[in-house]
Amino acid sequence: MPRYVRARTLDEALDRLAAGRWRVIAGGTDVFPALADGQPGREDMLDITGLAALRGIRFDESARAWRLGALATWTDVRTAADLPPWFRALKLAAREVGGVQIQNAGTVAGNLCNASPAADGVPPLLALDARVEIAGPGGVRVEPLAAFITGVRRTTLAPDEMVTAILVPDPGRPGASDFLKLGTRHSLVISIAMVAVVLWRDEAGAIAAAGVSVGSCAPVAVRLGALEARLVGQPPGTDLAALVHESDGDALSPIDDVRASAAYRREAALTLVRRSLARCGEAAA
Amino acid sequence: MTDPVPVSFTVNGRAVSVPVEPMRRLTEVLREQLGLTGTKVGCDAGDCGACTVLLDGAPVCACMVPAGRLEGADVETVEGLAGPDGSSSALQESFLRHGAAQCGICTPGMLMTATALLRETPHPGAAEVIDALGGVLCRCTGYRKIITAVMRANDPVPLAETPAAGGAVGARVDRLDGRPKVLGSDVFGADAWPADALRVRVLRSPHHRARFRFGDLDAFTAAHPGLVRVLTAADVPGRNLFGVIPALADQPVFAEGEARYRGEAVAAVVGEDAAVRHLDLESLPVTWEPLDPLLDPEAARAEGAPLVHAGRPGNVLARGLVRRGDVDGALSDPDPDVVTVAGTSSTGFVEHAPIEPESGFAQRVGDRIEIVACTQAPYMDRDDTAAILGLDPEAVRIIPTAVGGGFGTKLDLSVQPYVALAAWITGQPARLVYTRAESMAATTKRHPSRLSARVAARRSDGRLVGLDFSGMFDTGAYASWGPTVANRVPVHASGPYQVPHYRARSLAVHTNGPPSGAFRGFGVPQSAVLQETLLDELADALGRDRLDFRILNALEAGRPTVTGQVFAQGVGIRRCLEALREDWTRARAEVAAANARAEAEGRPERRGVGVAGMWYGCGNTSLPNPSTIRVGLTADGRVRLHQGAVDIGQGSNTVVAQICADALGLPLACVALVGADTDRTPDAGKTSASRQTFVTGKAAVLAGRALRDRILLRLNAPPDAALALDGTVLRAGERSLDLATLAGEADAHGLVLAAEETFDPPTAPLDENGQGEPYAAFGWGAHLAEVRVDLDLGRVYVERLICAHDVGRAVNPTLIEGQVEGGASQGLGLALMERYVPGLTEDLHGYLIPTAGDMPEVVTRLIEDPDLHGPYGAKGIGEQVLIPTAPAILNAIRDATGVVVRDLPVTPDRLRAALRAPLETPA
Ligand SMILES: Cc1cc2nc3c(=O)[nH]c(=O)nc-3n(C[C@H](O)[C@H](O)[C@H](O)COP(=O)(O)OP(=O)(O)OC[C@H]3O[C@@H](n4cnc5c(N)ncnc54)[C@H](O)[C@@H]3O)c2cc1C
Ligand code: FES
Ligand code: FES
Repeated sequence: MPRYVRARTLDEALDRLAAGRWRVIAGGTDVFPALADGQPGREDMLDITGLAALRGIRFDESARAWRLGALATWTDVRTAADLPPWFRALKLAAREVGGVQIQNAGTVAGNLCNASPAADGVPPLLALDARVEIAGPGGVRVEPLAAFITGVRRTTLAPDEMVTAILVPDPGRPGASDFLKLGTRHSLVISIAMVAVVLWRDEAGAIAAAGVSVGSCAPVAVRLGALEARLVGQPPGTDLAALVHESDGDALSPIDDVRASAAYRREAALTLVRRSLARCGEAAA
Repeated sequence: MTDPVPVSFTVNGRAVSVPVEPMRRLTEVLREQLGLTGTKVGCDAGDCGACTVLLDGAPVCACMVPAGRLEGADVETVEGLAGPDGSSSALQESFLRHGAAQCGICTPGMLMTATALLRETPHPGAAEVIDALGGVLCRCTGYRKIITAVMRANDPVPLAETPAAGGAVGARVDRLDGRPKVLGSDVFGADAWPADALRVRVLRSPHHRARFRFGDLDAFTAAHPGLVRVLTAADVPGRNLFGVIPALADQPVFAEGEARYRGEAVAAVVGEDAAVRHLDLESLPVTWEPLDPLLDPEAARAEGAPLVHAGRPGNVLARGLVRRGDVDGALSDPDPDVVTVAGTSSTGFVEHAPIEPESGFAQRVGDRIEIVACTQAPYMDRDDTAAILGLDPEAVRIIPTAVGGGFGTKLDLSVQPYVALAAWITGQPARLVYTRAESMAATTKRHPSRLSARVAARRSDGRLVGLDFSGMFDTGAYASWGPTVANRVPVHASGPYQVPHYRARSLAVHTNGPPSGAFRGFGVPQSAVLQETLLDELADALGRDRLDFRILNALEAGRPTVTGQVFAQGVGIRRCLEALREDWTRARAEVAAANARAEAEGRPERRGVGVAGMWYGCGNTSLPNPSTIRVGLTADGRVRLHQGAVDIGQGSNTVVAQICADALGLPLACVALVGADTDRTPDAGKTSASRQTFVTGKAAVLAGRALRDRILLRLNAPPDAALALDGTVLRAGERSLDLATLAGEADAHGLVLAAEETFDPPTAPLDENGQGEPYAAFGWGAHLAEVRVDLDLGRVYVERLICAHDVGRAVNPTLIEGQVEGGASQGLGLALMERYVPGLTEDLHGYLIPTAGDMPEVVTRLIEDPDLHGPYGAKGIGEQVLIPTAPAILNAIRDATGVVVRDLPVTPDRLRAALRAPLETPA
């Protein structure tokens, strides 16, 4: 008979994980739909929602990074008042995850751990160079998000580890970001494609660093490195959309599915990138 | 199962303490353990939002909250919204007044979500409401009335209309069954069950086509404590077949040896609640041998294709034909004045997706069986279930629950045979609630279509000369309503126009797909897509205005339809089209200006406007379809209306009562409804074919008048005497009678004065060329769609819908608007997003239906061209509303972009591919 435990402390949770095989459950918005339809659950469940230490969003001075506790929900992101303007991409993504019900329950960390190719949280956090803080029996390790997700529903998490926070570094320069999601209907929609763009400016207003990422077009969301390199150094007022090359799509490996064809995905992703660059360029220029 | 642990939390301010299985969903704790069934379950996957409750003040899906987490939590449900005295809150009252609840299954989720919004934003704007409600699906309303009800919740709610005697027809009275819907107390299929009910779950084929064998089921049962029985075909005492058309009944309750579609039932487990819930159905001893399935009607028609049913050669279930004039001659006319256009279209399976999955229970009462379940067709259920159990129809009692959306799918049997068999065989009550995936896989769908047509008109006078149509419909594994679709389509494929030379052929072909059945419009929405989009091309080819071209060719009284029927009255299509003219002119100008701007600014965005017309026959095609209504007075001074037409949210409970009250001459407030129950209410037929207002409504007129005559006779009052009820005293003009004195005369229904009348609309059979009088009346309508297209992404946004419908007489304008908005939203879904692929889209995130933000403003223009037969002139509306939406949207897309897409749905990738096509064609 599957067990269910609601951990009261992080140590207790880690002890449990060390002692047996558990499925961590946070918001449950991926866990519950994955239960076979009408069938009883078969996994032991470790509920982490009681771990108060994992709640909230705050700035971590020592890490020079914003710390999203593993229990920070999409609603927490959406309504956080003190986040810098360059968090816009993640805030926009938060607004587009499911509906209010899902945003209230679903956690950003759960979104990353679930590692769906269509996870809306991944492109913004990837473009923001986010890192994942992971606790396990050996202590805490921090890994770049780009390395954390390794494939469709696969991460580097060991069975005895759990995510405790997402760290979003603050590079200490002005930045702007944007997120665009494309789906067949208005709400509650799995993305056909989504893109995030982050632009960092130097004192002169030129682009000092850029992050451009695309989701739902490969097993794991992809950063368009060649495009990012082309963006760096561009002075304010540049028509950034014009810098996108057709070949930037080569980094993608979309598939045909019920939502859209592969060819469409590739083309649409680049269209979204152009639009997002334009929006972002305007915001930051 | 994990051992139950105690949790203490508060529900609606009340402290509760219950032992829970910690991974049990909060929905189940509320519904099954605390009896709070106001919280609904539509999917168990977060997709529908019907289960929304407030957890510590925030809306969440209760289906994804594990019970183990509830300690100390504060839960608010719909039951907590009303005041302590049971009075509804302002928001609930606003829902009722604005017609925001149709079937009511989504209402609790909508109310709870809106409650959270209104606490922070008492007077939200439309965009805020749409944002907040985006997570709750509604399949009935098209959302607009819900949005209005939430926006105005904290304004003074207008008082309910309470029409005086004779004033009910035409009044915007509240839905008579609406209060329990907004209170969350209405009882749907899954909401009531006897405490000792066993639970039933059905094992279904995971393959499109497979042979199967069972292992030792008895040993399996014995090895599972709490399991009582595994039922298979061998346990069916009567006929292991059912079907809505008795002569073609071909669907087994349990497949025997071979399953013909994915989702077909092969066995059912029956046992104690927890034992069955925790059973892994995949552990049942069954071996499957998958066979090559026929998934495409063309393949099913191919030479040598295996037969889905022996005895149906070529896999043909049914054919239809309507022929008039000489279409070959007309379309091959060498006269250069004759212009012809041709095209093809296709649609896939479309799922009804009522938010309520099929559900109910049965109990054995002596030698009878009672089935309490959601349904659209109680008497048909009764007869079919009786045959399955080997009983007389009278031994089966069907008591329909409130129905959380049907749209045609709940005409066919679903849970009924399983719960009936389980209860009959075990002697204990038995309940079954379909899961969402089961509901999607097992139940009927809209027929996929492959259509082609040619249509011609004269350049000189703009008159249509001929239309040649042929359509192949994938009717899936079983007959269901396939023949009905095959018959209805050829009658309607001309559209509401005068077409002198006409031929329409249809073919319903079996495949190993899910059974295609009835879905709002019986194939006509599919054929209208092709016919109405071709009319636009033809108008353009003739150089004529698209709306004027339709008006010029519109049917008129005194002119023959394509079946040769001539109506002397009640043909309102011209008025419907004309009602769009002003908007057409305005929208054309706006579109031109907007597109010129977009072009000048280099924005990849174009707007477009499209119109489409529609006609739809009310009632069964050339078949009898009577309805009977009983109405009477009780000794305690109530008018009791035995109204057996199942209200699936469309409003028959209210409309039929309004009609009957006026015919009788007493105020609507005096009328008490006796709901459908095959033991108590006479047969009002099935809720389909847009027949309840028209047919049952007419029976209500006749019954109301007959009762009035009886009263006048009894009181010896003159024919024009006004009636009044004053306590138990009945007055007719000067005369009066204390009904209490008649208590001894009460009949079996408790009525002291009563009348029962039947109406069967006059039709005449169709001959071998499809000529005849298939319907006593048609409903007419035309929609105008305004769209915006993102050219680079192929995404279509519908910005406004203007819907003109000739309803003969608008018995209740609020309810009709609700039908229009809801039908239009289903038409929008058909056009842009809905595509059911067996095995791939068996949930409400793979299968997309419109959300609140997908529905534009809908303007309804009601035209009242009274029909001779209809009650107070009224005609049907239920299906009419869906038909013109998709073609109007397609026409608007073509107007915006110049490309024709007729393979539905027009998803972004399909439209984008079509937009690219001209670029990619080598010069
Ligand atoms: C109706 C609906 C709509 C949705 N819409 C969207 C959408 O638009 N975009 C989108 O991206 N997603 C969407 N989702 C998916 C889901 O809501 C998100 O992925 C959400 O962020 C998951 O968070 P959660 O806390 O609910 O995760 P859970 O379901 O609790 O967990 C998800 C997975 O992560 C693991 N996990 C969670 N937290 C940890 C941790 N701290 N350490 C280790 N492992 C952990 C779990 O074991 C599980 O495997 C939708 C879901 C539903 C039901
Ligand atoms: S039942 Fe919970 S979202 Fe559908
Ligand atoms: S009223 Fe919303 S689903 Fe029926």
